[in-house]
Amino acid sequence: MDRALFNSLVDISGSKAAQRGQADIMLERARWAASVFERYDRAATQAIVAAVAEAAHAMAAEMAEKAVAETGFGVAEHKKIKNELTAKPLIDFYADQDFVNLRVDEARKIVELPRPAGVIFALTPSTNPIATLNYKCLLALMTRNAIVISPHPAAKDCSTEAAHRLVQAAEAAGAPSGVIQILEEPSIPLVEAFMTSDKTNVILATGGTAMVRAAYSSSNPAIGVGPGNAPVFVDASADIARAAQRIVASKSFDNSILCTNESVLITLPEVEGQLQRALKSAGAHICDADAVERLSRFLFHPRGFNIEAIGRDATWIAQECGIRVDQSTKILVAPITQIGVEEKLSREKLCPVLAMHVAKTPAQALAQARAVLRLTGAGHSAAIHTSDEAMVLAYGEAVEAYRVVVNAPCSQGAAGFGTSLAPSFTIGTGYYGRSSIGENIGPQHLVQWTRLAYSSDDDVPFGRYHGRTRPFRGALPPAPEDGVVGAPRSSVAVAPAPSAASSLDRATKDELRRLIAEELRDLLGK
Amino acid sequence: MSQAKIEFLERSKEFWNPGKTQDWIDMGVDLVIDRREGYYLYDMDGRRLIDLHLNGGTYNLGHRHPELVEVLKAGTERFDMGNHHFPAIARTALAEALQDCAPGPDFKYTAYGSGGGEAIDIAIKTARHAANKKKIVSIIKAYHGHTGLAVKTGDERFSKLFLSEDTAGEFVQVPFNDLTAMEDALKGRDVAAVIMETIPATYGFPMPQEGYLPAVKALCEKYDALYICDEVQTGLMRTGEMWGISKYGVVPDIMVTGKGISGGMYPIACVLISEECGGWLHKDGFGHISTMGGAELGCVVALKTLEIVQRPQVRAMVQFISDYLRAGLDDIMAAFPDFFIGIRQHGVIMGLEFNHEQGAKPVMKHLYENGVWAIFSTLDPRVLQFKPGLLLTQADAEDVLRRLAIAIELARDEVMGKPRLV
Repeated sequence: MDRALFNSLVDISGSKAAQRGQADIMLERARWAASVFERYDRAATQAIVAAVAEAAHAMAAEMAEKAVAETGFGVAEHKKIKNELTAKPLIDFYADQDFVNLRVDEARKIVELPRPAGVIFALTPSTNPIATLNYKCLLALMTRNAIVISPHPAAKDCSTEAAHRLVQAAEAAGAPSGVIQILEEPSIPLVEAFMTSDKTNVILATGGTAMVRAAYSSSNPAIGVGPGNAPVFVDASADIARAAQRIVASKSFDNSILCTNESVLITLPEVEGQLQRALKSAGAHICDADAVERLSRFLFHPRGFNIEAIGRDATWIAQECGIRVDQSTKILVAPITQIGVEEKLSREKLCPVLAMHVAKTPAQALAQARAVLRLTGAGHSAAIHTSDEAMVLAYGEAVEAYRVVVNAPCSQGAAGFGTSLAPSFTIGTGYYGRSSIGENIGPQHLVQWTRLAYSSDDDVPFGRYHGRTRPFRGALPPAPEDGVVGAPRSSVAVAPAPSAASSLDRATKDELRRLIAEELRDLLGK
Repeated sequence: MSQAKIEFLERSKEFWNPGKTQDWIDMGVDLVIDRREGYYLYDMDGRRLIDLHLNGGTYNLGHRHPELVEVLKAGTERFDMGNHHFPAIARTALAEALQDCAPGPDFKYTAYGSGGGEAIDIAIKTARHAANKKKIVSIIKAYHGHTGLAVKTGDERFSKLFLSEDTAGEFVQVPFNDLTAMEDALKGRDVAAVIMETIPATYGFPMPQEGYLPAVKALCEKYDALYICDEVQTGLMRTGEMWGISKYGVVPDIMVTGKGISGGMYPIACVLISEECGGWLHKDGFGHISTMGGAELGCVVALKTLEIVQRPQVRAMVQFISDYLRAGLDDIMAAFPDFFIGIRQHGVIMGLEFNHEQGAKPVMKHLYENGVWAIFSTLDPRVLQFKPGLLLTQADAEDVLRRLAIAIELARDEVMGKPRLV
């Protein structure tokens, strides 16, 4: 149906009423889908999850190409890896967790019943469009929720295509129609209508600060995350060569488009030279003062970070800045002497540019790491390379970050890849970062539990709940479409019995009831 | 009842319609609708009712749907009813949109009435002109409206009072689902058209038997009669498809849509006419004149209504609503099998059948007392018309079932006597 035809006379598509209307209809469809999804048991739920993960896996490479082509961000082969990680490994990570059946705690005499959130409204970013979409859809499905995706407008085409494929896989595996929906023409007012609708149960906000703050201001429960700006500390006890390799691998991974990427490298004078050499041999280019100045001007405009640079290759950025580098350069390292508001390069950089600062002492290194996160990125991520456990603890206690990756690449490690953190594309920045959750967001955040609590008195026995599971009721049986060939039919109405006959029956029934009641009274001794 | 309401009802009797006002009071429904929003009606005394009557689908999308209110408001910045004599922008745009979603490729023109009755009259006049014959066959207990020709196609309940029943033998009525009777009526080849509601609403939604409607269409073709399809209550996605008739595999010659197409916001009704039947529009386009028919503001609202009902989410919602309510209704029926004896259903078009010749009336009354407004079928009061909207929420659907179970039990006890409590 041609929308233009309908809007040709009186176009209200920009009105609040139209946005509210569009939001409500999608959210109510999602509500219906969620209410049916709640009838599913664990096996049916997991079959759907597995089918969707399979579809996500199968399209990983193709969608990676399409995402890069549409957004210009990142590296297709790295996006493919992320798209794959958010498919099968993600569900494997949660395979032994049960979000469907009741939980029994004999000791505390408590039974817990899972209650899915219902309707999730999820924002997905342009930087990791497909991986985030996979991840959020699978989290929703694991917990029997319905989800409405609002992709970043710069990635809407690839996101829409990917979502449609997941929808197909989900429905083919028996999911209720509408458990996954995508907003194909997102706009800020429309997103606002979704976020403020009382039909939304929870908002999963990943994206720019403005969006995340809007989610929290919506009056609906929200799980939003702040920006990152990870400091990485290489102390004197570190295996310098390996640390350098990990840092370069992390910064060049998808050209630093993950918000968990290292932003400011902090080290100590005694290993500075060794670290610079190791970085160079791992593929880094160490900039001179002039190049640092050029980089700073190119990356930071008066109004903020230059989005042109997001997810670009190091060589492309160098060329734009007029810095001559080797064509095999993977990252650019910019030595800086200060950290804070006066040094733009100590801010978040979603590109393979790493600031490097040499602190005088370990204590100062910790203070500088704190300063990095005070500038931006509070509650997000940090990394350390060291062989000194005391230093790990000191660093962990110092930085206001809820995940500190130790001796591993931070981009991947903080997001749960290559570490045992939960694999995640929504990094909870907790109270430091003005968010409700401080860990990597997982399915456990999309389901709450009704707790059935018995008296703790010993003379009140606990019930027998072990072995009880949710029955599978599944999809609603299709309603009849009477008279349509091949459609289900209503059972034929029984010919109306004459009223007199039914009142005779009733007299008999009443007599039976009376007898039963008498028996019961006798039994109960009343 | 508040003093204000008592006084209002007196005024209603004095100035508007004494008989109807009193009849509702006598039936235990002292409803004076004041505020309305979505699927909720509020009585002037403040009581809330979930609307499952929807005036036959007029409020398909709910009362005062925000987008329809918006489009009507915005429409008044540019349009009024328009001049019915002239080519009109909004009227043509709606006709184009209707052709785009018509139940067959041969539909071409749209003629407009200000309401369903007038549209039926236009359809009959169109058929008579095209066939050059006068006779019209309809169904016993059919209901197509109250205007001059429409009223003659229906039950005498509405025509005799006004001495307006057919006396010239031009309007023949045959039983529903009876192909022999239909063939007998058509055999003489003197019939201009058969007019059929796809599912007769006011008769309590008896469902067409499998193959009945296509067979009627085949008989029409065999005996040179046209098929006028009245989709007033079955169109606009209520069966889960745009037009109910398409579900039965019939392509009509002329189709009428009304009620819901107005969004309940601005009266309008439409007659879709195939090229073959549209002769009068060429020969004498001034043949039917209607000052308010196809009022341009109505067209603006109707266009938005068409757009909304065709959104893919609506189709999915109708499926959920009809499946969910059906499962719940089956449970209620199992609990009161001696009273609640049948469910007629196609999509969100439903008739609940009770084991008493007036059984739907006490159900209606108890539903009313329990916060749901659904109306009995005038021409078969055993059947309650149960007509949820296309956008009914899951929460309201659940609540309707809860209230219905209570009301049916009360009605059952009232009609069949209360079982003694154990």
